[in-house]
Amino acid sequence: MSNLQIMSLSPLIFYLLAALLVLAALMVVFQRNVVHSAMALVAALFLTAILFFTLHAPMVGVLQVLVYAGAIMVLFLFVIMFLNPSALEERRTVWWGCGAVAAMLLAAALIAVTSAGNALENFMIAGEPFGSPEMLAQSLFTDFVLPFEIASVLLLVAIVGAVVLAKREG
Amino acid sequence: MAAISLHHYLVLSAIVFSIGVIGVLIRRNLIVNLMSIELMLNAVNLTFIAFSHTLDSMAGQVMVFFVMAVAAAEAVIGLAIIIAVFRHRQSLDPQEMQLLKW
Amino acid sequence: MTTANVMTLEVLRWIVLLPLLACLVNLVLGARLGKRGAGLLACAAVGASFAISLYVFSLLPASGAFGDTLYTWIDSGSLQVKVAFRVDALTAVMLLVVTGIGFLIHIYSLGYMGHDEGMVRFFIYLNLFIFFMLVLVMGDNLLLLFVGWEGVGLCSYLLIGYWYRDHQNAIAGNKAFIVNRIGDFGFVLGILLLVTELGRQGMWTLDFVELQKHAGLLSPDKILLITLLLFIGACGKSAQIPLFVWLPDAMAGPTPVSALIHAATMVTAGVYMTARLHFLFSLAPLTLSLIALIGAATAFFAATVALTQTDIKRVLAYSTVSQLGYMFLAVGVGAYSAAIFHLFTHAFFKACLFLGCGSVIHSMGGEQDMRKMGGLKLYLPTTYWTYVIATLAICGVPFTAGFFSKDLILWQVFSSAHGSRGLWGLGWLTAGMTAFYMFRQLFMVFHGSCRGDAHQRAHLHESPSVMTVPLLLLAVGSIFTGWLGAPEYLWGSRWEPWLQPVFGGTHDAHHGHLVDELVLMVLTLAIVGLGIGIAYVSYCRGGKTPERLSAISGGAPYRVLLNKYYVDELYDFLLVRPFTLCSRWLAEVFDRRVIDGAVNGVAHSARALSSLWRTMQTGNVQHYLVGFLAGTLALLAFYLGQQ
Repeated sequence: MSNLQIMSLSPLIFYLLAALLVLAALMVVFQRNVVHSAMALVAALFLTAILFFTLHAPMVGVLQVLVYAGAIMVLFLFVIMFLNPSALEERRTVWWGCGAVAAMLLAAALIAVTSAGNALENFMIAGEPFGSPEMLAQSLFTDFVLPFEIASVLLLVAIVGAVVLAKREG
Repeated sequence: MAAISLHHYLVLSAIVFSIGVIGVLIRRNLIVNLMSIELMLNAVNLTFIAFSHTLDSMAGQVMVFFVMAVAAAEAVIGLAIIIAVFRHRQSLDPQEMQLLKW
Repeated sequence: MTTANVMTLEVLRWIVLLPLLACLVNLVLGARLGKRGAGLLACAAVGASFAISLYVFSLLPASGAFGDTLYTWIDSGSLQVKVAFRVDALTAVMLLVVTGIGFLIHIYSLGYMGHDEGMVRFFIYLNLFIFFMLVLVMGDNLLLLFVGWEGVGLCSYLLIGYWYRDHQNAIAGNKAFIVNRIGDFGFVLGILLLVTELGRQGMWTLDFVELQKHAGLLSPDKILLITLLLFIGACGKSAQIPLFVWLPDAMAGPTPVSALIHAATMVTAGVYMTARLHFLFSLAPLTLSLIALIGAATAFFAATVALTQTDIKRVLAYSTVSQLGYMFLAVGVGAYSAAIFHLFTHAFFKACLFLGCGSVIHSMGGEQDMRKMGGLKLYLPTTYWTYVIATLAICGVPFTAGFFSKDLILWQVFSSAHGSRGLWGLGWLTAGMTAFYMFRQLFMVFHGSCRGDAHQRAHLHESPSVMTVPLLLLAVGSIFTGWLGAPEYLWGSRWEPWLQPVFGGTHDAHHGHLVDELVLMVLTLAIVGLGIGIAYVSYCRGGKTPERLSAISGGAPYRVLLNKYYVDELYDFLLVRPFTLCSRWLAEVFDRRVIDGAVNGVAHSARALSSLWRTMQTGNVQHYLVGFLAGTLALLAFYLGQQ
């Protein structure tokens, strides 16, 4: 699937996507029901995948949907159901204010930092089959083959660890 | 409206990241904490892809690939820990797990 | 002036080293040798030193000196100090006194200390003392002299507190050492000032010959300061006002120690030092006036105290202080050879007096209170006659040694340009008092009937010959040594020409005005006769004069004299008590609260601070994350600030 020609993105679409993403993120954080938070996260992941598509990264975008939104979120939901959401009530604390303020400061700082740098104003539109599976595979299996192999070991370790940790004793 | 530039993506990413940070700091539910961390990782992925596009390099996308793999592993372990903790303490409130102190 | 030709004589070092070797051998093998062996070894060593000293003395050329360099001790930049010995005319005299009288006292100690268990220790200390004293008189530079100075102070402490089981003896030893230390402090400052000031002029040396050559380089006020400081040292060692308080207490030591150290040798080190550095003192007339004044005052003052004392050794102790005052008086008027002459004769008769006193104490079984003695001349004839001779000598009766030396001093004080009538007057009155208290002692101890108890009377016996032979020899010396320095109207002095190369001829006053000299001699004899007469009447004939005198003004002057003008109490009040209070405050308050407080305070504050920081470890992960975030924000702010 090469040559995904996407025209230069119209600002409208971008702002729409951005607004929805931010909304979804806020819902993840501020929803009191855990399952709602999980669903909001799924939505956020989907929207991010769409943004990936607009940035000429179709392979990664698909992977995002399949792996992240698909597998990982399902795992989350499994655990939520397993642990019975009705038992998961909580109360407000003073930290809300502090944390919120700190995070907003962080946002401001980050934005300032990104603005301060020599902005790469030009948005290069890659002409070749950029972001296609072939390109990704090319990079992955030549330049980054070692991290690739190690990543597989990592996943093995994670599986073993999870089994050991979550096992019922006795 | 101005053409969408790298800067826009970076700002968006920063905002989503900060929202994730709020989530980790404020929420008293371990699962929501973990989900907020996933949100943060997601924002970072967006940054990577944006830069990859701008600099015309596949390295960014490869990085996202690996980030996803690691995020998967981390979510798995984290959830396993949450299950183990819940079995012992019958609670998912991080404020109640303060034994490692003076 | 001093000598130009110095010949090296290797045997000089053995004068010094033989006593040291004997001391070390006794230290290591003393127990094996036993009391007799150790004692004989010690005496032999000092005897050998004496023999070598005689030999060197006989060889000594008229205006020369012998030298012997051992090794270079300090070699630092321009300053070089050697361990080297030098014997000129002055040192030769001191050598004979130290080794000769030292030898006799060693022999005496074989008898006196014969029953003491720690006799080996006694001889070790005594030999060590001889060693240091020889270093003091034979050293060719000021630093080596000071080494000997300190060494004799140490031995004095060790020997005063010899019977250490009695706490009072240890206290007396302490007192001697500490008061000496005060003097030594001045001495050290003087030496340092001297060497740096000369060094500033380009001459780095402490050698006596060099110092004499270049003393003129120093400015008068510096010389004044240096000589004052050095004299403070002499005051401490030679028991002058105000640092004399240790000498009476030092009588706590065994009598041979009192004879050797506190009469003949160590206390004269101050006089020797000023004589050695006469060229320096001559350049500071103000210091010399002060020395003369202090010497006269000490002589007078000590004699007044001796009038009332009842302990046989105390009388002699104050008498020593008084005679030392005479020596300093002579130094102060520039009559250095007269001072050394009196030092020489005094060594003989004072040692004889002390040893005789030891003989008396020995036979009375340790009794020292004169009021319990009396009539001993029947039981102790040799002791009695030698004591009489020595007493005549100290009073200055004609043709005894004291007559020549004391009269010489009084004449010099009267006639010298630096002397004065007032000082002569003090010396004259002191001579009278000396006669009185010495004969008082003689009559109280040897005449009349014995006032001791029956037990003491039963044990009265003459001392063995090992103790009486030194007494006899010293008595002979008490007469004839004085004949070396007779005035011109008799057979002339051999003393002055002997010491002339050292001191130069200019400082001693001329012997003109024969009539004046004779008149003074007659006046002195008159007051001496008066003193003897009053003593005879009071103590031999049982007169009431002592009671009447002591009852004057309600007995207050008598009590003042008996309590030695309450000087010890004054020092205690003015100096010792504040010092002790200060030390106690420092130990209990300052050390405990401030220093310990500071150290503990550091620990406390560390703990307090860490308690503060500890609260940050809440165990709450979300709190930690806020910290994370704060750090990140700080970094970002820093980065933004850089932009």
